[in-house]
Amino acid sequence: MDGFSWIVLSPIKQEIFLSLVGMLLLLVGAFRGKTSVGFIVTAVVVAACGAIAGILSGDWTPIDTLSGMLIVDGFSEWMKVLILSGIVVSLLLSVSWLRENNLLKFEYPILVLFSGVGMLFMVSANNLLSLYVSLELSSLCLYVLAAINRDHLLSSEAGLKYFILGALSSGLLLFGISLVYGYSGTLSYVGISSFLETAESMPYGIMVGMIFMLAGLAFKISAVPFHMWTPDVYHGAPTPVTALFAIVPKVAAFGLIIRLLVGPFAMLAQESAQIIMVISVGSMLVGAFAGLVQNNIKRLLAYSSIANMGYAMLGLLPNVPEGIAGTIIYLTIYMVMVAGVFGILMSLKRNGQSIETISDFAGLSKTSPFMAYAMTALLFSMSGIPPMAGFFGKFFVFQAAIAGGYMVVAVIGVLTSVVAAYYYLRLIKVMFFDESAGNVDENTSLSRHFVTVGALVFVLIFTLLPNHLLQRAIEAATSLFS
Amino acid sequence: MASTDFLLNYLPIVVFLGIALGLASVMVLASMLIGRSKPDTEKLSAYECGFEAFDDARRKFDVRFYLVAILFIIFDLEVAFLFPWAVSLGAIGMFGFWSMVVFLTVLTVGLVYEWNKGALDWE
Repeated sequence: MDGFSWIVLSPIKQEIFLSLVGMLLLLVGAFRGKTSVGFIVTAVVVAACGAIAGILSGDWTPIDTLSGMLIVDGFSEWMKVLILSGIVVSLLLSVSWLRENNLLKFEYPILVLFSGVGMLFMVSANNLLSLYVSLELSSLCLYVLAAINRDHLLSSEAGLKYFILGALSSGLLLFGISLVYGYSGTLSYVGISSFLETAESMPYGIMVGMIFMLAGLAFKISAVPFHMWTPDVYHGAPTPVTALFAIVPKVAAFGLIIRLLVGPFAMLAQESAQIIMVISVGSMLVGAFAGLVQNNIKRLLAYSSIANMGYAMLGLLPNVPEGIAGTIIYLTIYMVMVAGVFGILMSLKRNGQSIETISDFAGLSKTSPFMAYAMTALLFSMSGIPPMAGFFGKFFVFQAAIAGGYMVVAVIGVLTSVVAAYYYLRLIKVMFFDESAGNVDENTSLSRHFVTVGALVFVLIFTLLPNHLLQRAIEAATSLFS
Repeated sequence: MASTDFLLNYLPIVVFLGIALGLASVMVLASMLIGRSKPDTEKLSAYECGFEAFDDARRKFDVRFYLVAILFIIFDLEVAFLFPWAVSLGAIGMFGFWSMVVFLTVLTVGLVYEWNKGALDWE
């Protein structure tokens, strides 16, 4: 067997395992039809949990495989754990909501799984080709998921909008890749960085290529000025899909951006920091101010996610391990908070109808006190009020930005987070001080309740036990620089 | 002359193009010259699958044509990948062979899925 051995594939055995499971379940679904939905959901959740266990118990020494196409190191493995946990959580959240709304097709969990596999490859991409292919694998599944409620006008619109803008961003990304390839003559991250280290003068083409690539990737994390799809897609897509969009893909896209900035474009750190600064400040401003006038809770969460991506990007500015660890910890905490908020949002129904506007939350503290108090804790955390977890997330990225000398950006960040606190606090005010808008239905889903309570506990006790997550994030970030 | 040597590598392509052009023109000319021609309206109308070739662009059309076209494209691309693979199989070894087998397996899973979903049935 020339050139082929198990050694080549063993670093990516989790991805291979999940792909095989996905294809097998697709066949099961194709032959058994609707009756197999429950089995497929369970199998996907179990397989993802198994993959998490496999990654956690595996060897994290850096190794590149498939001729340098993929790299497996502490960073990619920790990001994979986050992504797979996000997949599991979003499936737990979504199943009963989809069943109640008659949307639970057997393709749903399989598409989630395949997009998850794409994201796993995204964070270990070590070549511009594997970057693009993995990005498309995850995006294509997400386009379909956005339009999964195809008889609903808003959902179809969300899917179409997401698809067209996603295709545009892929075009920008590919144009950037072609420029980088044209000027450096290589697609591999290692090759590009060694080309930039040895080049006598910096070719402008590479810089333009990097800008186009960052623009294409900024679409994926919905950073300003490439954010316009987010509110419409969040609004139009079914709520579980919105939860998935908010929880998982952005972590993977951030993993991709971090590896690009630290690896091939490390020599362009000065230039990339300027771009990140503009994107980050823009996202914080738009996310904070545009969120003020939203009445639909899903649109509000869309603007909140835009603002949060701005904060997360602050950690990337100095291009040092501490900053990247700050970004990772910020994303982790954000994932948990968003999962909790969506858990509550999907639990709240009035006469079988999902709650969508902010005025629907009126008087929730009287009709459903647990939900109201849980929501309050999560919203306090999102607006960054200590001692909730969200405060520490913001603290670490602001600290990284200030340590790197980006004082002005950090001050803008603090000010916009005050502005954004208004819309979180307004929701709390509506829940506690407004006249009740009527009783809400009982929450029927155990798994959703489990996620909500888990997120609540995490947000409350993170202050007491932050060390494990911090340690993991720092180790992951350091492994990028070794 | 090194440059002539280099261009000589492409001689088979020129020969191939010449044969293709010659054969195509022979077939067109022969059918014009010796074919019997009895035109009527049905025979002269353009044959397009499904809808009129020249018509208002804002007309409703059947989405099934696009489903079939997309499914066709996938397997068309598969064949396009198979040709270079077959030619270079000696150089890429077992790894290349099994890579293509994996690719074909993935496509087959997709085919089974679409078949079972009824995407290949017209009605």
